[in-house]
Amino acid sequence: MTTGDNALTTPTATTATATGFSLRARLFRPATRQKLLAFASLIALLAFFSVASPQFLQTDNLVSILQSTAVNGVLAIACTFVIITAGIDLSVGTLMTFCAVMAGVVLTYMGMPLALGIAAAIFFGALAGFVSGVLIAKLKIPPFIATLGMMMLLKGLSLVISGTKPIYFNDTPDFPAISQDSLIGYFIPSLPIPNAVLILFLVAVAASIVLNKTILGRYTFALGSNEEAVRLSGVNTDFWKVVVYTVSGGICGIAGLLIASRLNSAQPALGQGYELDAIAAVVIGGTSLSGGTGTIVGTIIGAFIMSVLTNGLRILSVAQEWQTVVTGVIIILAVYADILRRRSSSAH
Amino acid sequence: MIQRRAVATTLAASLIGLSGLAQAQQAQEIYIPLVSKGFQHQFWQAVKSGAEQAAKDLKVKVTFEGPETEAMVDKQIDMLSAALAKKPQAIGFAALDSQAAIPLLKKAQAAKIPVVAFDSGVDSDIPVTTTTTDNKAAAALAADKMAELIGKSGEVALVVHDQTSRTGVDRRDGFVNRIKSAYPNIKIVSVQYGGGDQLKSTEITKSILQASPNLKGIFGANEGSAIGVVNGVKEMKRSGKVVIIGYDSGKQQKNAIIDGSMAGAITQNPVGMGYKTVEMAVKAVKGEKLPKIVDTGFFWYDKTNIADPKIAAVLYD
Repeated sequence: MTTGDNALTTPTATTATATGFSLRARLFRPATRQKLLAFASLIALLAFFSVASPQFLQTDNLVSILQSTAVNGVLAIACTFVIITAGIDLSVGTLMTFCAVMAGVVLTYMGMPLALGIAAAIFFGALAGFVSGVLIAKLKIPPFIATLGMMMLLKGLSLVISGTKPIYFNDTPDFPAISQDSLIGYFIPSLPIPNAVLILFLVAVAASIVLNKTILGRYTFALGSNEEAVRLSGVNTDFWKVVVYTVSGGICGIAGLLIASRLNSAQPALGQGYELDAIAAVVIGGTSLSGGTGTIVGTIIGAFIMSVLTNGLRILSVAQEWQTVVTGVIIILAVYADILRRRSSSAH
Repeated sequence: MIQRRAVATTLAASLIGLSGLAQAQQAQEIYIPLVSKGFQHQFWQAVKSGAEQAAKDLKVKVTFEGPETEAMVDKQIDMLSAALAKKPQAIGFAALDSQAAIPLLKKAQAAKIPVVAFDSGVDSDIPVTTTTTDNKAAAALAADKMAELIGKSGEVALVVHDQTSRTGVDRRDGFVNRIKSAYPNIKIVSVQYGGGDQLKSTEITKSILQASPNLKGIFGANEGSAIGVVNGVKEMKRSGKVVIIGYDSGKQQKNAIIDGSMAGAITQNPVGMGYKTVEMAVKAVKGEKLPKIVDTGFFWYDKTNIADPKIAAVLYD
């Protein structure tokens, strides 16, 4: 911590952060363009499905699209932080499940009050993220391998702790409200948007502020742009990396609460495969897997593109095998559009 | 710029192509979506084919969907939610977790959309009926056959697909309880889970065989598990020394029974389950009174009766 603070006041570090900033400034314009492109695709999808099916554009269906985006959206936000540092986190899905199980242990097995269950989910998420961070930053295990290990470890732990059975939250009647009730609908009855969506937006706003207005955000981008330069300028890069993974883990804890509350149960076998959906949302949203660039707004748009696509294809009764094909094509097109954008921006 | 336009055109073209894939929905036609527990396994494909046959016979439209794995409870809820948004006349539903689906089932009830539960059923009185296999009784029959084939004594093991899903739990318990209560000289040395994945189940089988040199029999609790057991026994060169009993059918399992590497298997009636689900849904739409449970049945089959028309009709490739 002290190293980091001192670094900011020393002249060398100021130059380093300044380079970091100018680098970001250069990348800002194309990033905005990618966001616009993603946003335009989302609008195009919405328009297409609205025309194609009369059932698509109905309050009930729109609410269920929002509801189905919440968990993936929050996981994708967690991934965004890590991916901006040029890292990867394959454990977000099973970590989410692990946090849900820990909330179940605290609320159902131990009979503690709701607030403690919520705290436990976020705490254990952050703890697991901290462990990943230490494995990566201190033991120098590549992020792909370290988080692959964590993915399996957490999946196993969830099964062991829960005794391989779902943990239900029947003794905590308020628990389902976290995700299923609608605070917005309470004030505006015509807008029954579930709390899960409200929480997604709150997490998104908080994550955006952290990324754009804080030292943590600044170092997150700097680590992804040129870790070596940041380290040489006297910043404790290992420390900040651990912080990034810890924050990301804590966000996965929130996703764990959302999914457990929606299902009124912690399903221990669930979670594997969810990391890929989250990574896809991040990439569609214009965050580069090579690090250094990315926005939360883009990630949220990416998550919505995925859920609108899935829902729309279902509403159109497209055969399931084709739904998967189409989703794959869309991901490839989105990334290809990103590559074209990069090429044209470097030509300027 | 030109390139970007090219991408936009491709996107637009693929979307237009899609609308061609989507079948136009006619307002007067009865539409019944089936939300299943799975999709890729041959068992679910057989349920789907039964449902489609019924749709043809009864002149209704059905769609069939299910998540990639039986753990994906939330994905199934999303599917149910999209199915309800289409305002169907009735709905078929095989719940992965009954409790998680209750809010949506209540919504269906409020919208007066009858729900027909299939496969493992739903712990709720909302479904108008349930078409199902009695998995516990079916697995108990497998235990009886196993006991008979190994001479009512010795060590046996189980390779099960899942420790959380209803069918996994019921088949395991059905088998284990019958052995414990009826055959005191048979010892269950191991119960392992392979996710229904053939390769994983093969590895599991090999390690069980490694650990128990005197093992006399293995029960594979679904198609993938059973094939895995056959492969594992073959790779460990213990063919003929270990009695293998499977569950469900599929081409590989049928071949294994014909060539003698598997003693026999329990089959459900997936085609009949799909057919009955749609038939019951149509009856519900017409307001007919339905029984609480429609048992779609199960059968023991081995080399001797595999070609029997009654058995052949419920087996799938």
